[in-house]
Amino acid sequence: MHSTALPLIELGALFFGLGILGRLAGRLGISPVPLYLLGGLAFGSGGLLPLEGIEPFTSVASEVGVVLLLLLLGLEYSASDLVGGLRRSWAAGIVDMVLNAAPGAIAALALGWGPLGALAMAGVTWVSSSGIVAKVLDELGRLGNRETPAVLSVLVMEDLAMALYLPITTAALTAIGLVAGLRTVGIAVALLVVVLVVALRFGSVVSALVESPTSEVFLLRVLGLALLVAGIASQLQVSAGVGAFLLGIAISEDTAETAARVLTPLRDLFAAVFFVVFGLNTDPAQVPAVLPVAIVLAVVSTVTKLGAGWFAARQIGVGPLGRWRTGAALVARGEFSIVIAGLALTTGAVDPGLAPLATTYVLLMAILGPVAARVVEPVHAGITRRLRPSPA
Amino acid sequence: MDVEVTRLPGIGTKQEFTTASGRRLGVLTHRDGHRELLVSAREDPDSCTASVGLTDAEGQALGTLLGAPNLVAQLQDQQRDVDGVSTAQFPVGVGSPYDGRTLGDTAMRTRTSTSIVAVVRDHAVSPSPGPDFVFRGGDLVVVVGTGEGLGQAAAILESG
Repeated sequence: MHSTALPLIELGALFFGLGILGRLAGRLGISPVPLYLLGGLAFGSGGLLPLEGIEPFTSVASEVGVVLLLLLLGLEYSASDLVGGLRRSWAAGIVDMVLNAAPGAIAALALGWGPLGALAMAGVTWVSSSGIVAKVLDELGRLGNRETPAVLSVLVMEDLAMALYLPITTAALTAIGLVAGLRTVGIAVALLVVVLVVALRFGSVVSALVESPTSEVFLLRVLGLALLVAGIASQLQVSAGVGAFLLGIAISEDTAETAARVLTPLRDLFAAVFFVVFGLNTDPAQVPAVLPVAIVLAVVSTVTKLGAGWFAARQIGVGPLGRWRTGAALVARGEFSIVIAGLALTTGAVDPGLAPLATTYVLLMAILGPVAARVVEPVHAGITRRLRPSPA
Repeated sequence: MDVEVTRLPGIGTKQEFTTASGRRLGVLTHRDGHRELLVSAREDPDSCTASVGLTDAEGQALGTLLGAPNLVAQLQDQQRDVDGVSTAQFPVGVGSPYDGRTLGDTAMRTRTSTSIVAVVRDHAVSPSPGPDFVFRGGDLVVVVGTGEGLGQAAAILESG
């Protein structure tokens, strides 16, 4: 067989299989992310059908997937959204971080994975999936609700925090020493401030770099710039994704909309590869062993997210039911938990058990999240009825 | 009246106000430009009982219905003495064959014996439009005639 024939057949089968899984996810009304992970588990080492010969492509493609995931996230929010969110919702952001980072960190310490494992697992349980949350709010017709700004402000705060968390975690995991580590974190903070200022004052300058009348040239420029910035950020140990995220913020609104439109299909493709590769690197035989921990984490971190959402909604004066709706909407974890786990695992500094635990946890939460958002109203109504029986 | 404007990061902008009866009414403009009409629920004012997606023409028609002076009611008042004649208003939809064509093209008077007495567009009324008046999607056409004639007029405006 010709040397490129086998990789082409394998890639074709992989994408076609993912397409079927994506369709199934649509039918079930869930995010495709957990099914992509399952697809990866099935094909990977120790799985049903190990794929060979496409690693050079998939390893680069999954890196590109992370870059595009974070670039699109940056494009979604303008600098004024982020600064405004920071000013209004910093308290909600801190409560969210403390409550939701704790379960992961404690679980990692209890499993004996040390402070580095705790740092990584803290991120896994902390960050909600903005993709799943936005989709669920839209489907349930809750975008116009009064608590929705609270939901979004928590997501904005988490994403902003990622711009600091990812470089800090990268620095800690690569064990580059305290001074070098502080330098990396300093670069990240300085970059974040510079980007926010540039985006607020001179957003049109960055947009002019990529702006082009034809979508083909535009796509090449914006993708090229994103990969360049990501590569340089990676070289500076700031993590590639953060570079892309900051670039996304710096691109101003009109250009950002066009960029989001042309990049979304690419993001979907490469992010799918990223999730599959993560699944591939997870040994399915280890899943049963971590299942109890994952279930406990899922239950605890559902409760802590409910608390964080409750607090965020109360801050803006939303009523009791709306507060619970806010918490329930935020329960879903997804793409960023996997990005964080992936980052931790590539450095080799954490226990390899993190891969099956993160996979199992995200599988549970990506399915549980939308369910929680749907059942919160009937459950609340039921509890209220029981506590206050009607006088009839 | 206070219209509250809220930025929804990643989604769009929400503009809303609270009615005298305590309900929130608003419009959510998504970043891609499409709009939703929001009506808060009675039992839980934080949530929405309805969020209805509106096309540009539908949004304009709704604005006209609510904002324009109630022309039909006034005209009907005046015609109370004339048996068998009534007034109605019909929209020119975006897909209508007369979107972009003139009033003369409809040959309304010849075909249905009705008269187009006014056209409402963007809250403004054009009274007694001439045959060279050009319709646009979202216009509301006020027609006077017999019941049968009005039915035909509506059909013409919709499908030619």
